[in-house]
Amino acid sequence: MEVFDFYRKDRWPHVFCPGCGNGTVMNCFYRAFNELGWNLDNTVFVSGIGCSSRIPLYINADALHTTHGRAVAFASGLKLARPELDIVVFTGDGDLGAIGGNHFINGCRRNIDMDVICINNNIYGMTGGQASITTPHDFQSTTTPYGNREYPFDLAEIAVAAGANYVARWTTRHVHELTKSIKIALEKKGFNLIEVVSQCPTNFGRRNKMGDASIMLEWFKENSVRREKARSAAVDHVDLNLAGQVTIGEFVNRDRECYQERIGVEKHGEKH
Amino acid sequence: MSLTPGEYFLQGNEACVEAALVSGLNFFAGYPITPSTEIAEGLARRLPEVGGAFLQMEDEIACVSAIIGASWGGVKSMTATSGPGLSLMQEAIGYAAMSETPMVIANVMRGGPSTGQPTRASQGDVMATKWGSHGDYQVIAFAPASVQEMFDLTIKAFNYAEKYRVPTFVLSDAEIGHMRGLLNVPSNIKIVNRKEKGVRRTDEAYDVPDDLVPPFPTFGKGNKAAVTGMTHGPDSRIEPEDPKIHQELVSRLNDKITKNRRDINKWDLLCPDSKHMIISYGSASFGAREVAAEDDRIGLLRLKTIWPLPEEPIREAASKAEHILVCEMNMGQLYHDIKRVALEAGCKKIELLPKIGGEPPTPGEVRHKLREMGAI
Ligand SMILES: Cc1ncc(C[n+]2csc(CCOP(=O)(O)OP(=O)(O)O)c2C)c(N)n1
Ligand code: SF4
Ligand SMILES: [Mg+2]
Repeated sequence: MEVFDFYRKDRWPHVFCPGCGNGTVMNCFYRAFNELGWNLDNTVFVSGIGCSSRIPLYINADALHTTHGRAVAFASGLKLARPELDIVVFTGDGDLGAIGGNHFINGCRRNIDMDVICINNNIYGMTGGQASITTPHDFQSTTTPYGNREYPFDLAEIAVAAGANYVARWTTRHVHELTKSIKIALEKKGFNLIEVVSQCPTNFGRRNKMGDASIMLEWFKENSVRREKARSAAVDHVDLNLAGQVTIGEFVNRDRECYQERIGVEKHGEKH
Repeated sequence: MSLTPGEYFLQGNEACVEAALVSGLNFFAGYPITPSTEIAEGLARRLPEVGGAFLQMEDEIACVSAIIGASWGGVKSMTATSGPGLSLMQEAIGYAAMSETPMVIANVMRGGPSTGQPTRASQGDVMATKWGSHGDYQVIAFAPASVQEMFDLTIKAFNYAEKYRVPTFVLSDAEIGHMRGLLNVPSNIKIVNRKEKGVRRTDEAYDVPDDLVPPFPTFGKGNKAAVTGMTHGPDSRIEPEDPKIHQELVSRLNDKITKNRRDINKWDLLCPDSKHMIISYGSASFGAREVAAEDDRIGLLRLKTIWPLPEEPIREAASKAEHILVCEMNMGQLYHDIKRVALEAGCKKIELLPKIGGEPPTPGEVRHKLREMGAI
């Protein structure tokens, strides 16, 4: 499948800023999907609200662009109604972890079959750079003019604790690892989370004097620590902090029975 | 299997469950709340028996979100709740209206505001049902007044949700939901299914059909549907800044309901030419029904559809009546809208019997009010 069979050509140009990490994530997803030879007619892309949540509307497949934070809940109903469809959720740190936090942890717990790709740019990009639940301590945003007084959530660790089947975190600098993880998630049953720490040069990088997209990517490369190493260095609780660390890698890869298997819903899509 | 034709003795909420199954319900998402819980419990047991799925969600926001997702999968879906849950559902109800998603919400009303009276009846959610989400939109709402009507109007709710691609409510209350009564299941029940688009890409714009309801592009059938709550054109492209596209879309979402009132509005009339008319709905009409049955000077217009408001029979009654008395189990909600229509039709005296606290107005209370008005 060529790139422009995967995307809706007629929806170009997209809304993303130059240098935004969303394009990298889309590209990695396309590669993974294509390498597996998956069929766009059998996949539904679901999202909430935010820059990252616009992605499904650019893909040449059924898309459900929903309300802020609720994508996992919409996807849960859709999956139970049509178990034969594959569901991919695109979401952001604010969408999944803040307003949608309850749906997120319960989605992990239920382990309904879906692949959730959370683009964590540590900020509310779409609304112009307010602090999110992953904005690092002391960092600047429009709502933390004196520096962020709170500490960030670790979305990947929460997903592990809440029961997701597969959890990985990469950055937009780790395109090969990210693509590989997306493939693993697509092929796995149950609730899978891939968190991608990504650059929002417009509303996060600029305000925190991190430089342009290329410098932010370099920063990701220099400051990423593999989870195994992070554990031994006792910094595994950090997502991204001023001390400069992003914990990356696979957080869990297990095969808990997924929800549909437990309740034995038949593939009854044809009937309707 | 759904109920076979015959006579049954059921609770109101159970009748709602059985009607949903007869209508072809395939997915229910719920969160427990009195006095609606029997609907969730009933469907948790019954849906798997007919090959459907039940999901208990983490909150009511998730319930409506999940049933919208299921509906886009092409199945009939439903949730049930009461006041506090309805408040949480509002954002997703607006999304369903904007995305034209067929779905049914059974709201078994209790006394509010807030946690209020969990076990007592009220009609306090009538305005919240119509106006609760932000923006200009329409819904359809039916108000059953018996176990039989809980069954009949739940089926209607599914049929109209499918026909008009709109969130549709069965607005009962603790009284109707918990009463037990005879249910007659007829053999010739009419079931309506949404018009499907078939395999055709949705980014090719549709032509707006005469009934203003575009066909439904079910997921997983090659339609490449792009569904969004943002302002979008007929080709589903999001156009949040184009005034004309917004005007056309939102006008159509409203017109498809208000211009089809004739089809959607249902009501019952006792003594239609009476000079003294009572207008009521749901369990608030119990007392009025008794009074009107005993006294042929008193007429009763009982609304079965409350949204969109059945203006035609109100106008008709108001053009003949000297007095109109509106009975509601709230402090006056539909009253103001009924009054607007009745005044336009030339009736001058339109009064309200408001009753809150958890019990429907008694025949004695209705008579007392009519006497006060000089009607009897
Ligand atoms: C209920 C609700 N509250 C607030 C908003 C405004 N809003 C739109 S996008 C957004 C933040 C999105 O942040 P994130 O999920 O991190 O996505 P990003 O834009 O960073 O990719 C907010 C708060 C909304 N649309 N709906
Ligand atoms: S605001 Fe940030 S996240 Fe949004 S498109 Fe621009 S760079 Fe990307
Ligand atoms: Mg973000």
